[in-house]
Amino acid sequence: MTTASPVQAPAREPLFSKKNRKLISDPLNDSNPITVQVLGICSALAITVQLQQAIIMSLSVIVVTMGGNVLISMMRNFIPDRIRIIVQLVVVAALVIIVDQVLKAYQPDVSEKLSVFVGLIITNCIIMGRIEAFALGNKPWPSLLDGLGNGLGYTWILLAVATVRELLGSGAISLPGMGQIKLLPQEWFISNGGLYENNNLVILPPMALILVGIIIWVQRSRNPSLIEEH
Amino acid sequence: MELLNTFIKGVFIENMIFAYFLGMCSYLAVSKSVKTANGLGLAVIFVLGVTVPLNYLLENYVLKEGALSWLDADFATVDLGFLSFLMYIAVVASVVQLVEMIVEKFAPALYGALGIFLPLIAVNCSILGGALFMQDRQYPTLAEATSFSLGSGVGWWFAIVAIAAIREKLRYSHVPAPLRGLGITFIITGLMGLAFMSLMGIEI
Repeated sequence: MTTASPVQAPAREPLFSKKNRKLISDPLNDSNPITVQVLGICSALAITVQLQQAIIMSLSVIVVTMGGNVLISMMRNFIPDRIRIIVQLVVVAALVIIVDQVLKAYQPDVSEKLSVFVGLIITNCIIMGRIEAFALGNKPWPSLLDGLGNGLGYTWILLAVATVRELLGSGAISLPGMGQIKLLPQEWFISNGGLYENNNLVILPPMALILVGIIIWVQRSRNPSLIEEH
Repeated sequence: MELLNTFIKGVFIENMIFAYFLGMCSYLAVSKSVKTANGLGLAVIFVLGVTVPLNYLLENYVLKEGALSWLDADFATVDLGFLSFLMYIAVVASVVQLVEMIVEKFAPALYGALGIFLPLIAVNCSILGGALFMQDRQYPTLAEATSFSLGSGVGWWFAIVAIAAIREKLRYSHVPAPLRGLGITFIITGLMGLAFMSLMGIEI
């Protein structure tokens, strides 16, 4: 999806100027899509039980945010204002169908586990939100970077939550193509005469919310400008 | 009886917010006061209640493999399943547009209060999620799909009104500054979700 080439810039600003670098680095912290803009929470929490699913999901979301941002940015001067939501949804839905078909072909078991959540990338607020807020008013190259930045911001939260949940919940780490790697020897578990037991509470879906709440807490105490009134 | 079961399951056991986290964005953003939360919740019930049955008909008479055989026997092998995302979202977007026009005409005060969030129901994950769960679970009849959609709509309404009420009370308590607003809402939602999990596995 790296289609944008910045040939049209009249003033020829460098490809990775300070402003453009900021487009990528800002969403990682100051304007993180999940913890600050409150976008894309829906899918972020449901698929963080295993690291593997989280990785595949974030890659899909990065592809769709970048692709959607670039395509809409290229069409921004032709889209009538009144029907723009439908146009955006159709573009995003087409991209998601491609991602879904690719996943079904190459990662069938992960695609099975993600079930409806790949389809729900269409309504992932990050994508619509960035298209509305950024791509409609900017050129393709900055839009591509903005999509990449926000995708990465989403990714690191997802990976952090998934790592904690899988590590504490099943004592393992799973990576795509390698299956689940057990980190602890089996004799340590209570069922085998040891002292350790997995914390099943972390596997439960509500714990994802509490973990994100804690990430927000840490982030805002390090960065007090983000603190809200109420 | 089967219908009532699906309904109650949708409200409590398979609650859209607490069990699947669908529609979180507007849930977190519009839950500052009970009044607007109530309005948005009712709009979601309505949109879910209309779009899921429509999508059910679409799925069973157009998209599924062999679904087109009512047209002609030649179409019995056609499978348009890959188009389902596009068709569902088109139905949702047009119904939302319709609701927006109706609310603007008959309840301008509510329209003003909901603001941007009315058109955003189109991208509320719980609406498309309802359609996709309907497809995933293959409900046998239209009536059952409808009762599922109404159930999950009521569950969503219930969740957002509950959190809005809690947040209104929370104004008077001393929350640590970095946790104010978003953070504490996340944690409370998590705790509510844990409470709702105690309903899991109940057979009605």
